[in-house]
Amino acid sequence: MNPVLEVDGVSKSYPGSPPVTALAAVDLTIHQAERTAVLGPSGSGKTTLLHVAGTLERPSSGRVRLGGQEVSGLSDAELSAVRGRRLGFVFQQFYLLDHLDAVQNVALGLLYRGEQARDRRSAAVEALDRVGLGHRLGHRPAQLSGGERQRVAIARAVAGHPDVVLADEPTGNLDSVAGQQIIDLLAGLAADGVAIVVVTHDPAVAAAMDRHVVMQDGRIVSDDGVVPRASLKAAASTGQSLSPRTHPRDDEGATRARRRRRPDQQGGASRRPGGEREAMP
Amino acid sequence: MKSRLRAGDLVLGALLGLRARKLRTALSGLGIAIGIAAAVAVLGISASSKANLLAQLGAEGNLVTVTAGQSFDGSPAPLPLTAEPMIARIPPVESVTAIGYVPGATVRRTAAIPAIDSGGISVYAAQPGLIATLGGGVAEGTFLNAATARYPAVVLGAVAAQTLGIDQVGPATQVYLAGQYFTVIGILRPVPLAQSLDEAALVGFPVADQLLGLGGHPTQIYLRAVPDQVQPVVSVLPFTANPAQPEAVQVSLPSSILAARAAARTAYAGLFLGLGAVAVLVGGVGIANIMVISVLERRAEIGLRRALGATRRQVGLQFLTESVLLSALGGVAGVLAGAAATAGYAAASHQPTVVPAASVTVGLGIALGTGALAGVYPAVRAAQLAPAEALRAS
Repeated sequence: MNPVLEVDGVSKSYPGSPPVTALAAVDLTIHQAERTAVLGPSGSGKTTLLHVAGTLERPSSGRVRLGGQEVSGLSDAELSAVRGRRLGFVFQQFYLLDHLDAVQNVALGLLYRGEQARDRRSAAVEALDRVGLGHRLGHRPAQLSGGERQRVAIARAVAGHPDVVLADEPTGNLDSVAGQQIIDLLAGLAADGVAIVVVTHDPAVAAAMDRHVVMQDGRIVSDDGVVPRASLKAAASTGQSLSPRTHPRDDEGATRARRRRRPDQQGGASRRPGGEREAMP
Repeated sequence: MKSRLRAGDLVLGALLGLRARKLRTALSGLGIAIGIAAAVAVLGISASSKANLLAQLGAEGNLVTVTAGQSFDGSPAPLPLTAEPMIARIPPVESVTAIGYVPGATVRRTAAIPAIDSGGISVYAAQPGLIATLGGGVAEGTFLNAATARYPAVVLGAVAAQTLGIDQVGPATQVYLAGQYFTVIGILRPVPLAQSLDEAALVGFPVADQLLGLGGHPTQIYLRAVPDQVQPVVSVLPFTANPAQPEAVQVSLPSSILAARAAARTAYAGLFLGLGAVAVLVGGVGIANIMVISVLERRAEIGLRRALGATRRQVGLQFLTESVLLSALGGVAGVLAGAAATAGYAAASHQPTVVPAASVTVGLGIALGTGALAGVYPAVRAAQLAPAEALRAS
């Protein structure tokens, strides 16, 4: 399989006294159609890794390659173009523009490619169809549920057919039913050859991914590599490499898991093992 | 491979951004609108007044007066008898009329009123064509004609009639003019181009010759020339009017005197233009302020746009465009308000509405320039925001 995203010996530190090291010599290679969950306690550097891999932030040292292209030497304009064409982003807070309807929000994902408005619109409609929102084209974010908003955001991320979709806690603001829909959507993207990297605390998200990278203190402490999906499910249920139990600082994920279980009657069953582990540190 | 953003998409995006914050857009564009409105209204009102004046002057201000100067006692000196017919022969002269000052003649209501209470009314001999040349008309009765010019009939100027207490003309209305009673046959409306006639009593040349001893000599000649030939006519007038003493002949254009007077009256315009400039300046600062706040509020949007492939420059341009559009909308509103104020003023004072194109162009240009200046700093701030930082801050 082709590597689409390579992070090679990347460190990132922020100035201060003492300087804060968010990433320390991280290596990560993502292949086409690979589904990767990045796990770890809060402050372990997951989001920084996502930002550096997504060229939103330049590393202090090390190299990032997208589709084989080294990005550190690129100008801001070139880097922005690479970002716009090769990457799609999904965020916990959705980041939809309130004054635009669903189609306009999705079309925004193609705005900076200089395509005709007509083409952007038809691609946006198609992407919304793919995420099951073909009936919500003219709705504004305020008229959509949380799950629908995140689906619009996913449509925006994939409308331009990126190589990699980078998602930061995509289910973090959603109830379990909506969360499960998002998980299914993200997991299904690999069928089109898109690689997925999800930073998450949600065991259900992790369970739907093929590969699990666990971070702590800016380093990758565990990476189960590319594994077939079937064996992954087994690994998830036994919780071998996923367990946040070793990170007592992770209150945030535990609270969220608790909160989610309550209103959830059917969907919660599949994720109970992970949730319970988090709830009982 | 470069990120590309079409100009149309940039403007449309900025418009949508402004539309999403209607109240804020309206309030922050208000300062610019007020400033531009003040400037357009001041320029429009003064242009309307000027247009009105030009209309009063007979559209082109082509009236020329010829006098022989003053005699040693300060009264108007006579012109040669040939002056008026000679001037009438200058080809670009459209019409010409002469008046003759009757020295020493006074006008009183009756003989019982002492001569010293003449009220400063002068007596002139006039030709029937006077009104056609000068414009204006009679407020009461009729003007002199070939018949009444031979008889002791008089037409009073507007001020002279007021001074004498005559506001109506009847068969029995008479005044005591230079030792005998003349019948008042008409009262003139004010003549803005020849205000000395407002305080005059006009009689016919024949009767002035017979009864008042004028001798037919005119003292002043009014003429209208073809509008674009006024200067050539003016240059030949002294020799034509008095070939023997051309240097004694004075030629003047009453319209230019009136225009200068009207221009002096609009001196306050500078004050209002200054106030307009201050309003535009304050409006510009307000826009800069609101755009800086907008950049802070919309950090998530900036981060998102960067993640979607926007370059620093494109993000900066977006905010600059919003600022320019905001100011331009204020400018358009200001131009409309200023034009409306001009139209309202013109309608109230029965003047033609004139909004100078230059004031509209310059007003909009100033609005655009102010918006551009106000938007520079916020745009730079937005462009310099690191995408990861922008996303993390929200």
